Amino acid sequence: MNILSKADIKFVSRRKLFYTITGIVILISLISLLFQGFNFSIDFAGGTLIQLAFKESNVTVAEIRNVLGEMNLASSTIQSLSNNEFVIRTVQVELPERQKILETIEERIGVFEVLRVETVGPVIGQSLKQLASLAVIFAFVGMIAYITIRFQFKYAIASIIALAVAVLIVLGTLSILQKEISIPIIAAILTIVGYSINNTIVIFDRLRENLKTKIRSPLGEVIDLSINQSLSRTIYTSLTTLLPVLALYFFGGTLSDFAFVLLVGITVGTYSSICIAGPILLEFDKKGTISAKKIPASTQKAVEQEIKVVKKVKKSKKKK
Amino acid sequence: MKQLQMFRMVFVILVIGLALYFVFPLDKNINLGLDLQGGSHIVLECVDSPNAPVDSDAVNRVIEIITNRINPEGVKEPVIQRQGERRILVQLPGMDDPQEAEGLIGKTALLEFKDQNGETLLTGAYLKTAKTSFDRFGRPNVILEFDEEGAKLFEQATTKNVGKILAITLDGQEISTPVVQEPIPSGEASIVGQFSVEDAQRLALLLRSGALPVEVKILENRSIGPTLGRDSINRSLKAGIVGLFLILIFMVVIYKWFGLVADLALLICMLLMMGGLAILNATLTLPGIAGIVLTIGMAVDANILIFERIKEELQMDKTFRASIEAGFSKAFVAIFDANVTTLIAAIALLYFGSGPIRGFAVTLSIGIVVSMFTALVVTKLVLELLGQRLTEKALV
Repeated sequence: MNILSKADIKFVSRRKLFYTITGIVILISLISLLFQGFNFSIDFAGGTLIQLAFKESNVTVAEIRNVLGEMNLASSTIQSLSNNEFVIRTVQVELPERQKILETIEERIGVFEVLRVETVGPVIGQSLKQLASLAVIFAFVGMIAYITIRFQFKYAIASIIALAVAVLIVLGTLSILQKEISIPIIAAILTIVGYSINNTIVIFDRLRENLKTKIRSPLGEVIDLSINQSLSRTIYTSLTTLLPVLALYFFGGTLSDFAFVLLVGITVGTYSSICIAGPILLEFDKKGTISAKKIPASTQKAVEQEIKVVKKVKKSKKKK
Repeated sequence: MKQLQMFRMVFVILVIGLALYFVFPLDKNINLGLDLQGGSHIVLECVDSPNAPVDSDAVNRVIEIITNRINPEGVKEPVIQRQGERRILVQLPGMDDPQEAEGLIGKTALLEFKDQNGETLLTGAYLKTAKTSFDRFGRPNVILEFDEEGAKLFEQATTKNVGKILAITLDGQEISTPVVQEPIPSGEASIVGQFSVEDAQRLALLLRSGALPVEVKILENRSIGPTLGRDSINRSLKAGIVGLFLILIFMVVIYKWFGLVADLALLICMLLMMGGLAILNATLTLPGIAGIVLTIGMAVDANILIFERIKEELQMDKTFRASIEAGFSKAFVAIFDANVTTLIAAIALLYFGSGPIRGFAVTLSIGIVVSMFTALVVTKLVLELLGQRLTEKALV
């Protein structure tokens, strides 16, 4: 199983192509974000959600809609999860009214079990939006700081750009498909933030190491080499991460949407780590300021040791 | 065996033993969130009304009253907590009916004790508790208990009204019309009447639910029935097992015997994660399970990095043992930096997330730390222990 180990793909010279493709996808995402926006769940928009499982399985969305319509809740959305399970989302309704709705549904349609009831006031949603934005800002600032310390500021900016590409495309996908933005979805997006940067860091780590030994090679070549050297790892890791997420997508019930975001995010994140992060770094190096000066002592030592070992091995082989 | 290796082996065995000790039995040591076991998560806010402005005392009183309302209902381990200045968090695990919880705490009715002229003598604000009991003839009755001030007022009220009706009203509606038989100075009274056990319980509940000192609004209510919780556990468990199984196979296909060692490390990683949850006394939520499932996928990443590196070193014509050493030491920096940056995102979630999201961030953070340990320490130790038995063919 060594299909990928000798990969030699010229990512850097094809960067214009990657930028164009990425740019078009981002443009589509932005247009959707601008004109369609998000479909916020009651977590953010406020409202009431009721999940019911009817004892009989011949209930239709239309029947429920009729009952709700009579109670001035015609604007509610009704989603059928299976032939007897439904999720009803309405504006916020207080307990007495809610009980009336449920009683009417029971009278007119049939007996059911209430699986879930959620009501969220608008205040909670507002503070959640603030917290979610703060979490993203905190994560970004923390990552930029850490990457700057361990690498260089340019690496930090390139990683964040690759990351922003992934997040923007995920947000665009959510907007285009009008998937509900709920709290778990925000968690999924933040996971992508963490995951996508992980891939980029592994590539940059390799670059940092290669720059130490290949001082005379042009940066573009070293970047390509680093991406190719970590390519099999990047793809294997993405696969192993996708496997359980796919399982979650198919079995997950309420977690299916969460898994969907991760599926898109992991795929796009892997792409942007490979095709955007490295090439972008080259754009920042017009003056040739990117170097290996910030290699941690431990790696440097390890690399030097290895060079010695290789020499020894080669010598001993020659003797034979 | 080298001393250092011996030390590492003892350490790994200790950690695994500790995790086993804390994790089992699973159902006792892993706290399930409300979204998994079913229950209600309710956030209340005390709001000002013209007669009753909110002050710190009022909020504490509301907490006390809600506690009184809930406790006799037999809810196990309810959480009633003040959040900030005016908010109160109520968590009631294991409620059967998602609608019930709000009914239980949501009443903001005014409870009053009135004489025959309709004059209010005291309000429910002085009532400490009301519960059902049985008198010596085995008839159900309702026991009222007032606080100190209430006891004095109640003594006055009963002294003035012996032989007369002292009506109990809730929001102006009479819910009980007991006749005062004698003055009651103790602050404890019982209402005896012709009612069934159920009636008595309902009356006690209504009395307990009476008079909150300020108006209370429900900001958020997330109630999940036990059926849905169980369903969520089953589904995510299935997803986790299928995902785990696929990865175990994947690793063996790609890395042969080394893959098998990584698989062992992955299984130990799962165990340690559960151990971490148990030791931290963290709550496992549905997004938390998602975090575990995701960790299953990400945990092998460190091993993939190391094994790929070993393969590369082998291609440079190094000896097998030197390649393993180099693979571990060179991959370490990448593993460390990559995991720290991911951890930064997880901590952002931990810090700013609420409820279930925090659960996700907790499992994800534990997963990152634990998977680094298993991939670096456990894998290396097992490879070293296998020692000479391993050859290049075990990997490539």
